Amino acid sequence: MSISCRFFIFNERLPSSFKLRKAKEPLHGPNCARKWRRKLLLLWLLVAAMVGSLLFFLSFDGRNLMGIEKSAGSCEEKAQILLRHFNVSMQQLHALASLFSESDKMQPLKCTKEPEADMALVDGIACALMFLCSAKLEFPKQHRWIPEYVKPIDQCPTPDENPLKKLDLPLLENKALLSVPQSTISSASQWHQNSEKNILETRAFKDCGKDQCETFPCCLIKYCCWVLVGMIVSCKISGFRLSLWNIRKQLAHLWPVTQHRQLQPVAQQGQALLQQKQQQQVEGPNGAGKWMMKVLVIFVLLGITGSIWLFYHLNEQILLKRVETLANMCDERARMLQDQFNVSMNHVNALAVFVSTFHHRKHPSAIDQKTFGEYTERTDFERPLTSGVAYALKVPHSEREEFEKRHGWTIKKMETEDQTLVQDCIPENLDPAPIQDEYAPVIFSQETVSHIISIDMMSGKEDRENILRARASGKGVLTSPFKLLKSNHLGVVLTFAIYNTELPQDAKPEERIDATVGYLGASYDVPSLVEKLLHQLASNQKIVVNVYDTTNASAPIIMYGTDNVTNTGLLHISSLDFGDPMRKHEMHCRFKDKSPLPWTAINSSAVGVIITLLLGIIFFLPITRIAKVENEYREMMELKARAEAADVAKSQFLATVSHEIRTPMNGVLGMVQMLMNTKLDENQLDYAQTAHASGKELILLINEVLDLAKIESGKLELEDVSFDLRAVLDNVLSQSSSNSNDKGLELAVYVSNQVPDVVIGDPGRLRQIVTNLVGNSIKFTNDRGHIFVSVHLADEVKGTFDIRDEVLKQGLNSVQELSNKTYNTLSGIPVVNRWESWENFKELTGTDAMEEAEMIRLLVTVEDTGVGIPLDAQSRIFTPFMQADSSTSRTYGGTGIGLSISKRLVHLMHGEIGFVSQPGIGSTFSFTVSLRKGKSSSLDTRWQQFYPAVSEFRGLRALVIDNRSIRAEVTRYHLQRLGISVDITFSMKLACSFLSCSTSGMDNLAMILIDKDSWDKESDPKIHHFLREHRQNGGLGVKIFLLATSISPTERNELKSAGFVDSVLMKPLRLSVIRACLQECLGNGKKRQIKRKKPSTLGNLLKEKRILVVDDNLVNRRVAEGALKKYGAIVTCVESGRAALAMLRPPHNFDACFMDLQMPEMDGFEATRQIRNTERKVNEKLASGEASKEMFNNVPHWHTPILAMTADVIQASNEECMKCGMDDYVSKPFDEEQLYSAAARFFESG
Amino acid sequence: MRPVSEKGAKEKATMDAVAQLQRQLVDYTASLFHEGYLDDQFNQLRQLQDESNPDFVVEVVTLYFEDSERLLNELTKALQQQSIDFKKVDAQVHQFKGSSSSIGAQRVQKVCIAFRNCCEEQNIEGCNIFLQQVKHEYTLVKSKLETLFKLDQQILAARVDPGSHVIRFLQA
Repeated sequence: MSISCRFFIFNERLPSSFKLRKAKEPLHGPNCARKWRRKLLLLWLLVAAMVGSLLFFLSFDGRNLMGIEKSAGSCEEKAQILLRHFNVSMQQLHALASLFSESDKMQPLKCTKEPEADMALVDGIACALMFLCSAKLEFPKQHRWIPEYVKPIDQCPTPDENPLKKLDLPLLENKALLSVPQSTISSASQWHQNSEKNILETRAFKDCGKDQCETFPCCLIKYCCWVLVGMIVSCKISGFRLSLWNIRKQLAHLWPVTQHRQLQPVAQQGQALLQQKQQQQVEGPNGAGKWMMKVLVIFVLLGITGSIWLFYHLNEQILLKRVETLANMCDERARMLQDQFNVSMNHVNALAVFVSTFHHRKHPSAIDQKTFGEYTERTDFERPLTSGVAYALKVPHSEREEFEKRHGWTIKKMETEDQTLVQDCIPENLDPAPIQDEYAPVIFSQETVSHIISIDMMSGKEDRENILRARASGKGVLTSPFKLLKSNHLGVVLTFAIYNTELPQDAKPEERIDATVGYLGASYDVPSLVEKLLHQLASNQKIVVNVYDTTNASAPIIMYGTDNVTNTGLLHISSLDFGDPMRKHEMHCRFKDKSPLPWTAINSSAVGVIITLLLGIIFFLPITRIAKVENEYREMMELKARAEAADVAKSQFLATVSHEIRTPMNGVLGMVQMLMNTKLDENQLDYAQTAHASGKELILLINEVLDLAKIESGKLELEDVSFDLRAVLDNVLSQSSSNSNDKGLELAVYVSNQVPDVVIGDPGRLRQIVTNLVGNSIKFTNDRGHIFVSVHLADEVKGTFDIRDEVLKQGLNSVQELSNKTYNTLSGIPVVNRWESWENFKELTGTDAMEEAEMIRLLVTVEDTGVGIPLDAQSRIFTPFMQADSSTSRTYGGTGIGLSISKRLVHLMHGEIGFVSQPGIGSTFSFTVSLRKGKSSSLDTRWQQFYPAVSEFRGLRALVIDNRSIRAEVTRYHLQRLGISVDITFSMKLACSFLSCSTSGMDNLAMILIDKDSWDKESDPKIHHFLREHRQNGGLGVKIFLLATSISPTERNELKSAGFVDSVLMKPLRLSVIRACLQECLGNGKKRQIKRKKPSTLGNLLKEKRILVVDDNLVNRRVAEGALKKYGAIVTCVESGRAALAMLRPPHNFDACFMDLQMPEMDGFEATRQIRNTERKVNEKLASGEASKEMFNNVPHWHTPILAMTADVIQASNEECMKCGMDDYVSKPFDEEQLYSAAARFFESG
Repeated sequence: MRPVSEKGAKEKATMDAVAQLQRQLVDYTASLFHEGYLDDQFNQLRQLQDESNPDFVVEVVTLYFEDSERLLNELTKALQQQSIDFKKVDAQVHQFKGSSSSIGAQRVQKVCIAFRNCCEEQNIEGCNIFLQQVKHEYTLVKSKLETLFKLDQQILAARVDPGSHVIRFLQA
């Protein structure tokens, strides 16, 4: 549910946010998405908490609270009532028994008739007594259950009363009573059954109560559990989300879009939109924080409001309960009072019947004062509420005298009208009653009220009214409360009229008055009555009860209780019906104490408030923390942006500075160059040359620093072009050869034949690395030894046992000393074990590094015999600007930046770099690079131009005489590149035997290459002789070459003139050098090409070349034209890219094009792009044969070299130039050297 | 003897005059470099001049003058317009900068760089100020170069062999 809710919210919000958002930097995206989800989570949690608490509190219904107490209380009360009823009926039986015994006594005297009836009566009573006994036996049994007795209170009295009635009736009406015990017994058994039923019900009820009792704490615990579970789940979710987020963040750097797809395929679009929205929010994170704070505040407010509401709700319920309790108690009391009163009234009624029966129906009367007094005395317990009963006769005035005579006393009136003042009543002191129509003198009275005998009841106002009403209605009537005689208690008098005849129910008042013979009165002492009653009831301490007579509604008379009751708020009024319709009574109940504080409500709401506040704090802290973190994050981002800006500024500064340095440096260099052209003495020339060299160094350094800056800022992009690795290495060699030759070092390169001819990668950067390493090696190698560059596939060195490559094989044991004190190395000088240098490479040691079949991993080692690197400095050798020690830079110069650049470049090419070095012996640097295999045909034409087909030497054989096998292998490698098959012998002697022995060796043998080290004409003249003979005799075309690192011109001339050798091949060996040399000696008519191999100048390079200059600036154009013309080029100028496009549409005869980059209309990039497009189309046509070669000047492949002319060296234009198909760039204004090096790449071998 | 001596004296006088002029020229050129009117590029330009192309420098510089005047006129016009097309102005200044750097008119070039920055900011006032500066610098360098060429001409006139003076000058 919550999930769908969340989605719902999510969807709902989309449109509004969509309106708002604009595209923002994607950088901020992920953070915002996280924040957003966190908010949702928070919202969900808050809502869940609120719903949970609401549910909890709603179910927490006060109804359960007091049920048990109440039921217990009512149980007790009902038990007491039952008990009392039972007692009452028991007592009644006793009373009857006593009466009976009395009448029994009297029977022989007065009442001898109807013996059978009496017997029956006795039987009935006996039966009843028996029943009583059995009931008594049963009673304790019941008593046990009675406290739990709840429901059947209404049923209980019924069986109770039944026997009473049944007993009463036969007794009084003198009927045959045989059936009575049966019915009594049956009713008793019925009762018993009822009781049993009740017990069962009570048990059920008890169970129910128990259930309820258990339910409440159970619910509480359950809710707590759910809340806990909810919290844990939320925590987990957020935690999970966090970790998920971390992962995502890491991945997001690489594939932000895919990542989103993977994680949120459904809400992908929404996510993206959301992200944008959050990006916007990042700009105002305070707003987001405020939003959350608002939600939190609302939540807290809601929580507090809920708690307050809960408090009121519970409080109200408690009050309601209180009112209900009060009402229950009050009603109960009222009913009980009423019941008791009614019971008493019934008794009085019975007494009246008794009197009428025994006094008026019998003649003479069976009752005299004594009997009445005794009887009433003994049955007084039956009327616990009456203070006394009295019987008054109706005496009309005419009979007064007779009456007075008969009784021997005069009818007295009550002493005053106001009865309330009567304190002490002595009948003798009273006056005779005044003359009235009729009198109601008391003739019988209970002992307690014997003082009222002879008092005329008609003389009391209340009594008179009462009597009149009683005889008119035929029912018991009540007086209003007044102070009773003597006891001075507040009381009421109940009066029954006694008739002489049996009157029908609907008799008229007149008939009743006529039939009246006397009045039976009973005075009730209300306070004691109520007191007694209340004592019997439980929890009577709690409430205050007042009883009022409200017949006169405006002035109620208090019958019980104190008037000055403190108002405790609640009041319940129950009406009382004492059987007299004229009189109205009410019972007012109040609680004694004010209602206690509603602790339940207070506690619940307090718990609610605490939970809310706790939740609030729980969320408030993270929110503030989040806000803080976000602020910090923003600051960080700002700082980062600033740092990045600073970095950009740095590189811009570098660019500017380098440009700015370059310009004056050009001035310096130009001037120095000019200076060198003047007539200088040797010293001066030396100084000038040094200055020039230093300037060049400086520019190199600047370029290196720039490289580093570029790599560091990640701006360096590697090219991905096909190139000939061997040619690149030759190039490096030729660049470094002058340095190595100066130092007399032997420099050689060897590429394993496993390495493919063409690879795809960045030749420039690869060259840079190798150049760096070679340059370093040359720098640190002094005057002896060699520098050896070898290239292998990484796979070749994986296992040491299966090595086919000769050089590698010999490298394995190169450290072993040979017998003649030399080592099997290039120069015979010991070197470090190069195998150690790549020991730590991961790709080499790991066997699973097999990637795509396309990829190859090259291992390049550069071995030198230099001073080596001190052990303590080896760890920091790749750190920029760190040289082995500070003295190194003093001794050898340089900044130490080269290795650092190399390392970074290697890493860029997914390779590793390592080294092994031993001070005094030398160092070997190794690195691996990952390149792709290229197809030979895919090689760019310009590379083909470099090395045209080598078929002219194919199939020739050569003999190499060299005492060092590695060097021989190197020579073999170079010759094999030209297609020449090579035999190797290790000395002249062996060579002689080889030549003489094998006739086949002589076949097709075109050349013998002898290393200078093996050449020793003094010690071995025979061989020379042999060779010379051989040459003169049979060797038709066998040429002899001497391989030398350095050779003085005189030596050279000597050798040549002696005819020993045809030519001297200067090392380091390079393909171009070898080919030129071979062509010179072997070839015929190829001199033209050889000539070009001589150190050429720009003039040679550019002579007769047709060059197109494209520049919109007239002056620039003229200058460029002038500069190029000076070197003999034939220059054509056009002023726009469009014109250039037209000029360069094949077929044309331009050899190269110099293109300005910034031109109006069509800039250099665009022009180049279009030119390349045109050329590609033409090439495709040529390849597919659509167009004949003749149409295009017999050129098989069109690729006009285009060089950019740019004023800004640093500009990223370099890469852009390459991207759009340019071949190189020269800076404007032309620098002769640069122009040369650029031009050389295209025209040197062309 | 006399005619010989006369001839010799005349030659000597000529040589003296030429030498003096040459010294003057060198000094003047040096001062131009020193004061920063010209830079190395001008030297390179002069290196490009040889027998096959004897008037190269003058030709280029004249081209430069023509081109510059045209550009300056256009610039002035462009900047007087109500809505200034800064792109166009920038392109023209770029042109001007390029040609100035090609002949080595260093100070003009520098002002051009500042001018372009100003263009990027679209600062009209600044552009006008820079236009004035550029004009000023241009006039200066123009007069300097004209003086230089005049000196050159004088030497040329004074010299018997007019073809070699540049080379000698360059080698000096």
